[in-house]
Amino acid sequence: EECLSPTCSFCTPQVLFFGFGWLFFMRQLFKDYEVRHYIVQVVFSVTFAFSCTMFELIIFEILGALSSTSRYFHWKLNLYVILLVLIFVVPFYIGYFVVSNIRLLQRQKLLFACVVWFTFMYFFWKLGDPFPILSPKHGILSIEQLISRVGVIGVTLMALLSGFGAVNCPYTYMSYFLRNVTDSDILALERRLLQTMDMIVSKKKRIAMTRRQMYQRGEDQSKQTGIWGMIRSVTSPPPNSENLSLIQQEVDALEELSRQLFLETVDLQATKERIEYSKTFQGKYFNVLGYFFSIYCVWKIFMVKFWSQHISFILVGIIIVTSIRGLLITLTKFFYAISSSKSSNVIVLVLAQIMGMYFVSSVLLMRMSMPLEYRTIVTEVLGELQFNFYHRWFDVIFLVSALSSILFLYLAHKQAPEKHMTM
Amino acid sequence: MASLDRIKVLVLGDSGVGKSSLVHLLCQNQVLGNPSWTVGCSVDVRVHDYKEGTPEEKTFYIELWDVGGSVGSASSVKSTRAVFYSSVNGIILVHDLTNKKSSQNLYRWSLEALNKDSSPTGVIVTNGDYDREKFAENPVPLLMIGTKFDQIPENKRNDVLTRTAFLSEDFNAEEINLDCTNPRYLAAGSSNAVKLSRFFDKVIEKRYFTKEPNQMTGFTDRKRFNFKNLHYD
Repeated sequence: EECLSPTCSFCTPQVLFFGFGWLFFMRQLFKDYEVRHYIVQVVFSVTFAFSCTMFELIIFEILGALSSTSRYFHWKLNLYVILLVLIFVVPFYIGYFVVSNIRLLQRQKLLFACVVWFTFMYFFWKLGDPFPILSPKHGILSIEQLISRVGVIGVTLMALLSGFGAVNCPYTYMSYFLRNVTDSDILALERRLLQTMDMIVSKKKRIAMTRRQMYQRGEDQSKQTGIWGMIRSVTSPPPNSENLSLIQQEVDALEELSRQLFLETVDLQATKERIEYSKTFQGKYFNVLGYFFSIYCVWKIFMVKFWSQHISFILVGIIIVTSIRGLLITLTKFFYAISSSKSSNVIVLVLAQIMGMYFVSSVLLMRMSMPLEYRTIVTEVLGELQFNFYHRWFDVIFLVSALSSILFLYLAHKQAPEKHMTM
Repeated sequence: MASLDRIKVLVLGDSGVGKSSLVHLLCQNQVLGNPSWTVGCSVDVRVHDYKEGTPEEKTFYIELWDVGGSVGSASSVKSTRAVFYSSVNGIILVHDLTNKKSSQNLYRWSLEALNKDSSPTGVIVTNGDYDREKFAENPVPLLMIGTKFDQIPENKRNDVLTRTAFLSEDFNAEEINLDCTNPRYLAAGSSNAVKLSRFFDKVIEKRYFTKEPNQMTGFTDRKRFNFKNLHYD
């Protein structure tokens, strides 16, 4: 009886999370694609639901809601389900859909999917060797073996994303960094783009015309058969075909140029939109927020110790909300950029995997920011992992990622205005 | 070649439906061996004999502009893409017969392209809603091509063909269903080849033999057009 009503109070939000994940999948990620395999949508929503439940459990822990035994029970339950999903279900389906895309392996899809999964498990297990994440007293089949490895992967991902985000977020929102783009800059680039397309068209017309004439005169290369044909084509190639290959090379170069111009124009348009956005009320709000956030990030980069546990806890709350939102936005952008109707299933599952590992590691790392009295439940549930290792590992990767991002963005920022000045 | 002798046909559709393969088939009469992502726009030229087999036969070069991307692209990509939609003489809408969404997205594609058309007679209402009457009055000839015909399972074939027939009625366009990796669908004399030929003939007729506003530069995009009369050889 004691376990019934708390279970209900967990089920309702979990159903809500599942529903949210489902809708997000349908309305955002897959809005231009056809869902042919509902299992993908289900797996994504389940991963999302159980990941969010973990955050919910932390909050319950801090608020002291429900009895500690029921909280402990739900922690364990949630953890087992999430590990099951992240280590068995999602990797297996990723392997299955990747194999489905390869024509050669179509016949024995299931067999090859199992092969892929076993390979994954092998490397997953090997991951434990170089890192000092376990104490020797843990048995080989304990849950700590699994969590520790998931933790390493997840923490690395988190640190990479946070490092990049810490640098990119102020760069994107703060108007100080926005390059000045005028309408005439964009028009000039568009003009160049269309001129290039026109050149391509006229050269292709010439190629088509020449080919037609060659065909009508019987000079077509495909008609040169037999030994005489080969000798003739080697000793005295018809002048037209030499001309043709030259023009074709010019066309190839122009096409490459047109692609570059297109991408540059898109970049300028995006910058112009960001400038316009920064003039709106929302834009100004985010600009100010950007300044505060960048100060916080700089602070973090230099690893200043928090002088109040409870301020850090409020930050935990903010971090949870913004990181879920930030993660979803980043995942969506990434998905739009690289997916196609063939690979969409695989990519969504990979995103689900990243999302799950990200959330599990968030719990691991959050332990550091939580006030002492609440750390015990996390320690109890996750077993005796070497938490310090994870914190140090996060800081190292975060620093590396942030510094590389600064370098990368500095180079990109420097290069861009010069490109346009040569116009 | 005088710059006024240009016939431009857009090829639109979701990414992955096979526009590049289709354009290659239409222009080179060959199957495209290694399709890859189209960045921006790729153009090819088709040699078309207008009124083939009659005394009025004349050769025209039709430009097929294959615009890459998806309807869900970022607005910066859409604004850049719009550059390619100026002074269009015909549109080929391509969809994947095994993917319903790609067929539904054709409404959005056609609106995106036709809204940008600078014809001062105001072809399509710009509030973004589909309006059948407006498509009926649309002076730009449309052709609908469904790809991956060979990949439809036998039992679903009728449903798919019924659905696409309705779709082509909505657009007031002819439809052709084929497989871009097999040239026999467009073999000379086949009904598909006849429809294709008729479409291009219609495009040429509208371009040269009727007084059409889209022959002249539009008012809104005049800034972009001042350089278009320069021709490079």
